[in-house]
Amino acid sequence: MDTVIRGRVWKYGDNVNTDVIFPGKYTYTVRDRADMGQHALEDLDPSFAAEVRPGDVIVAGRNWGCGSSREQAVVCLKMKGVGAIVAKSVSRIYYRNCINEALPALTSADAAEALQRGDEVEIDLARGEIRSARGVFTFPPLPEAVLGIVEAGGLIEFTRRRLGLGG
Amino acid sequence: MKMTFAEKLLARKAGRPSAVAGEIVEIRPDVALTHDNTAAIYQTFKKIGVSRVFDPGMHAVTLDHAAPAPTTEHAQNHKEVRAFVQEQGIRDFFEVGRGICHQVLVEEGLSLPGEFMVGADSHTPHAGLMGCFAVGVGRTEMAAVWATGQIWIRVPESLRITVNGRLQPGVTAKDLALRVIGELGADGGDYMSVEWHGEGVLGLPLHERAVLPNMMAEMGCKNSYIPPDDTVFKYLEGRARRAYEPVHPDPGARYAVSHDVDAVSVEPMVAKPHTVDNVVPLSEVEGTKIDQAFLGTCTNGRSEDIAIAAEVVRGHRVAVRFIVIPASSEEYLKALRAGHVLALIEAGAIFESPGCGPCMGNHLGVPAPGEVTISSANRNFRGRMGTRESDIYLASPAVVAASAVAGRIVHPREILARAKGA
Repeated sequence: MDTVIRGRVWKYGDNVNTDVIFPGKYTYTVRDRADMGQHALEDLDPSFAAEVRPGDVIVAGRNWGCGSSREQAVVCLKMKGVGAIVAKSVSRIYYRNCINEALPALTSADAAEALQRGDEVEIDLARGEIRSARGVFTFPPLPEAVLGIVEAGGLIEFTRRRLGLGG
Repeated sequence: MKMTFAEKLLARKAGRPSAVAGEIVEIRPDVALTHDNTAAIYQTFKKIGVSRVFDPGMHAVTLDHAAPAPTTEHAQNHKEVRAFVQEQGIRDFFEVGRGICHQVLVEEGLSLPGEFMVGADSHTPHAGLMGCFAVGVGRTEMAAVWATGQIWIRVPESLRITVNGRLQPGVTAKDLALRVIGELGADGGDYMSVEWHGEGVLGLPLHERAVLPNMMAEMGCKNSYIPPDDTVFKYLEGRARRAYEPVHPDPGARYAVSHDVDAVSVEPMVAKPHTVDNVVPLSEVEGTKIDQAFLGTCTNGRSEDIAIAAEVVRGHRVAVRFIVIPASSEEYLKALRAGHVLALIEAGAIFESPGCGPCMGNHLGVPAPGEVTISSANRNFRGRMGTRESDIYLASPAVVAASAVAGRIVHPREILARAKGA
């Protein structure tokens, strides 16, 4: 995975819960990871799944991904090619699920405030920078170990490589 | 620099002079807790491609969530957990009947001041009672911990709750926890390390303190912490598995949020259906008819909770099903020896073996559709006890027991004032 992400901003508000990111009614009927993308943000922004492009970035307010711990709420975005989530804060379990699924979840209150829907952004994971026409915003860079999880494509594969078991 | 508990503990575990909220550190957990979910985690673990866990001594495994097994499928699951434990040489395995993981790990001297625990359970922050940094994770995360003996942790911001003054007689830590959750909301502690300070907390006995970090999971916390003091150190004499080094936050450390509570103003509180932050004073729901009362869980299933219930019901008969489940075999024995179990059974209560029981709808007293339960547990989400068509009210043990006698939600003083045998 590239450590520089380029795409457009999709902007949302505070306390977006996992039910509107990936509806609970699909949790036992949609089991294939690729199919999960079709329902991404279905009850939040019906235009999203059809119009999102690989590399696009979710920009949100406080507590993105609160509620249920369902990992499908991360997988559905990843399957649509979302490059990163930038939020004022990310709900704790959602945050770890993101990393373990290799979807960067970054916290920058300034970027979350300034960036607007449709903005072109470039995120440099290694340097800890979000660059846009509205300015350059920083976030604490991911340490090598965590960046490695994202680069490996998730925690299981990362762990396999770390233990010298292939990849 | 001045550090919070979370910053100081994680810096120490990472072998660094300091750590700041927002940074990520990689550390080796002292304890890795799993329960009935152990067999499922083992399946994910096997995908990594190693055959042996990194350190069997790090593991603590309990069978508590549906124990004794209610169905053949549950029994098969338990069997696979036992096979895993035996195969990997895990010593700290606690069988069916020993009790709920969070309580058992405290009793077994595995929840220690200054240590770091990772648990595949959302109420893992309970161990903050002992000054342990204890955090819940998902199953994939735990599988990786088993394989590598390492976990990465983002240093959390901290919420400092100061409880000034003392709780009034008849008001409990459960009421305090509910009051704070009602004030701050279900995301009021999201991602944060929630520290409890003040004489209103440190003046409480251990069984009462336990309720506070336990229930911070309902505010979205990462971990919760009560500064360990002589009460903790004394409890750990003869129990602690190893030497430990407590961690206390620095005076002047930076907190993201500070919240003060006047203990004297806390009254008996109840969480109404269907969220834990839907909190009202007991007086607002008095008279609500109930079909069942449940006393137990990691939140309020200790012998002192059972003692309070026994005091309330002694000399009365319960009007509805009153299910009592001790949090552990040790607590069960204490309640037995003190005569509290006898008093409760004489009043018509039902005792079940230690474990989580009906808390998340597995067995031992799930409600029917349309029924109302008053419970000493920590969650009242729709469907939590098995059917989405039932209501759960959360309250302190005294309110639960008094309501069992009345058949409706009542203040304990109403039952205590009744003539015995009435």
